Amino acid sequence: MSTTPDAVEQPDSFAFTGENLEKAKAIIANYPPDRQASAVMPLLDLAQRQHDGWLPRAAMDHVAEVLEMPPIRVYEVATFYTMYNLAPVGRHHVRVCTNLPCWLRGSDDVVDTCRRSLDVDLGATTEDGMFTLDEVECMGACVNAPMMQVGDDYYEDLDAASTESILAKLRAGQTPTPGPQNGRRGCEPVGGLTTLTEIKAGGKSRGKGGGKSGGTA
Amino acid sequence: MPKLTIDGREVEVEPGLTVLQACEQVGIEIPRFCYHERLSIAGNCRMCLVDMERAPKPVASCAMPVGEGMVIHTNTEKVRKMRKGVMEFLLINHPLDCPICDQGGECDLQDQAMAYGFDRGRFQENKRAVEDKDLGPLIATEMTRCIHCTRCIRFATEVAGVPELGATGRGEAMEVGTYVEHALTSELSGNMIDLCPVGALTSKPYAFAARPWELHKTQSIDVLDAVGSNVRVDARGPEVLRVLPRLNEEVNEEWISDKTRFACDGLKRRRLDRAYVRRDGRLVEATWQEAFAAIAERLDGVAGPRIAAIAGDLADCEAMVALKDLMAALGSPHVDCRQDGAKLDPGNRAGYLFNTTIAGIEQADVCLLVGTNPRIEAAVLNSRLRKRFVMGGFTVGVIGEAADLTYRTEILGNDPAVIEQLAAGKHPFAERLQAAHWPMVIVGMGALARPDGAAVLAACRTIAERFEMVREADGWNGFNVLHTAAARVGGLDLGLVPGEGGRDVAGILDGAAKGEVEVVYLLGADEIDTGGLGGAFVIYQGHHGDAGASRADVILPGAAYTEKNATYVNTEGRVQRTARAVFPPGQGREDWTVLRALSDALGRPLPYDNLGQVRDRLTEVNPVFAAVGDVVPAPWGPFGAAGKMEAAPFASPVADFYGTDPISRASPTMAECSALCAAPQDRKTGTDG
Repeated sequence: MSTTPDAVEQPDSFAFTGENLEKAKAIIANYPPDRQASAVMPLLDLAQRQHDGWLPRAAMDHVAEVLEMPPIRVYEVATFYTMYNLAPVGRHHVRVCTNLPCWLRGSDDVVDTCRRSLDVDLGATTEDGMFTLDEVECMGACVNAPMMQVGDDYYEDLDAASTESILAKLRAGQTPTPGPQNGRRGCEPVGGLTTLTEIKAGGKSRGKGGGKSGGTA
Repeated sequence: MPKLTIDGREVEVEPGLTVLQACEQVGIEIPRFCYHERLSIAGNCRMCLVDMERAPKPVASCAMPVGEGMVIHTNTEKVRKMRKGVMEFLLINHPLDCPICDQGGECDLQDQAMAYGFDRGRFQENKRAVEDKDLGPLIATEMTRCIHCTRCIRFATEVAGVPELGATGRGEAMEVGTYVEHALTSELSGNMIDLCPVGALTSKPYAFAARPWELHKTQSIDVLDAVGSNVRVDARGPEVLRVLPRLNEEVNEEWISDKTRFACDGLKRRRLDRAYVRRDGRLVEATWQEAFAAIAERLDGVAGPRIAAIAGDLADCEAMVALKDLMAALGSPHVDCRQDGAKLDPGNRAGYLFNTTIAGIEQADVCLLVGTNPRIEAAVLNSRLRKRFVMGGFTVGVIGEAADLTYRTEILGNDPAVIEQLAAGKHPFAERLQAAHWPMVIVGMGALARPDGAAVLAACRTIAERFEMVREADGWNGFNVLHTAAARVGGLDLGLVPGEGGRDVAGILDGAAKGEVEVVYLLGADEIDTGGLGGAFVIYQGHHGDAGASRADVILPGAAYTEKNATYVNTEGRVQRTARAVFPPGQGREDWTVLRALSDALGRPLPYDNLGQVRDRLTEVNPVFAAVGDVVPAPWGPFGAAGKMEAAPFASPVADFYGTDPISRASPTMAECSALCAAPQDRKTGTDG
């Protein structure tokens, strides 16, 4: 979310590590010459991953310098997208979707559980620095609503109990299995397949969809 | 040519126009906030909605290109309802503070709300509030009023060339600002105040000074640089409150520099409002008669060649011709208008003009800058160079200081030897000039106001001739001299240079120091080394107590450019006139009348008694003064003097953009800007550590 750089303590400097600089160069190479500014979003993401999950002003300036673009153009991008954090976050960044489909499917329970279990309010970080809880807009997983994102993983088809267990596992240092938490596979119908049941998994379906991969979109 | 129907009228317009422009061509005004004809199209305010037949929803006319057979309605009930809806949304977060807003009376939102606003708000929730930004000493912000039209962002990025403003955050959290707080580093930033359609960006020095309907508006021109920007001087009573740009496509389009706009508070400070005579080493107040008597007494019996005169950078042509005539009457050949010692002579007009003209820059394809930094010497002209650069296919080579000119330049080195190489066609950049169809060269005072200036000028002429920059058949003259003083071209046109056996500025100072020149007349000349005047009797005529006045033995109070009807010639050779907006303070008089009165006191009356006669005299001296407002193309001919150039690098004559003349040096606003420039702001980036 938008925040002024003065709101948090800023590090003096930031620079890509050698490894990340190589990655950045590879990303920039994806775009035509003189169009390197197009790489601003992946580079900001790279910088955020290097810097404990948040983007200090120095990192934005560094990206601007690498891409030879005015710093303000980078600030605009970084403040627009919620996936960039402009203030320090906990080790696990929990983002719960509360948009309409998720809300209809019970995102209030998920939020309440998170708040109670982590003992923090939305937008805050736990005292031990383990968790940051945020409310976010639609993340495009409505078919498995309600959902939340922790780090890079989506946890879907949540309810209070499964939310609690995910948080407990994270707290214990384990990695809960991402994806639907109600036993459902991918985004297949909750009650199992209702059509195309005669096609065996893995069988050749001649473009009719189905098959092992579940939804091929 | 697409044909379309607007409100039942069939019109044919050029392809590529937008519906809004097509409507304007048939005289239908479309309300708008974000659209501005000199900026890129944003299409985000939605105020310009029109109804297009066969379109599923209203279209934003500013962003919709015209198409064959379009049927547009702009004044139906449906359109009015759409615009009312947009206006209601715009007003949701806009405070209802017009009575305490500086934009009141000249606010686009206020005006359009009169037409499309609802008489009461239906919005019950809390309005949002936005923290104000500090954009420096010139622009006051009230960001809660911002309607996110992004005109200021687009101006900074596109016209000013300093991409420092942006919109951060999204949705309701969106804010316009610099994100990392710092003052804008543009010398054109004041134009954002004019562009802002609401009261979000207003003038800081003018804050709460007046309402627009209280002001007396006078159309005039600016003299603080040699561009001659067209301005409107807004005054109330005896006080100039602000200066705004006036549209002139040929000169300044609709922009003016911050110095032009904000130096006007210097017109109220350090003014010479009465005559002074030095008695026993101290300047004491005097009447006009006493001052004239003191001069007459001192001049009595002094031979003409022992008298000299220097015209300053703000002197108007009427005063300069009067000074020239007076000196001729006194028998003195020592007259000069080139305070900085620029090696220009009036022999050939093409040799000291910006021949391409400012609008002509848009035609050029390769430009060579010699010893000039147009960004600080002529900020508005620099914006035209940037405009040409943004159009694409424009190469700029610089022989001089490497500076950020807001567009890409090729630094060819700060070495006069490069000019010689180019003139001989031996430099790699010569190929660019050779290949160019419309090449131009701009020579600045940094290259001419030095001992080898005439040689530099001659070498630049060689470059112009070698690369066929002067082609009468095409009407193209790519040779340009960029002046920094508003009076310079006028002075040269009037021949205010030493006559036969006369001394130039350096010679006058030298003569004064040696006692060979007994009396020196300074017509607003402050940029000379007044310490070098030795024991000479110095008469200073001017409007500000600057360097010249403090050295003077007699001070004659004159009028500043807002206080007289005067003629100036800009760097292109365009004759333009200021108009009196207010009267000079105290006993100050229009400058030519002072010289006329003095000539009487000296027993050598000048042969003109009113402004019309002085202007006839101007035309008599040089016929170009008859063509007011126009540029008379100057015929090409020899100028400059071949010679050896020194090795010293070029330096711009303007060290401080905000303090080039007595008016801006007296301005507290300009002083604040200078201080900010002198102490670079803490703009530490991540890699500094």
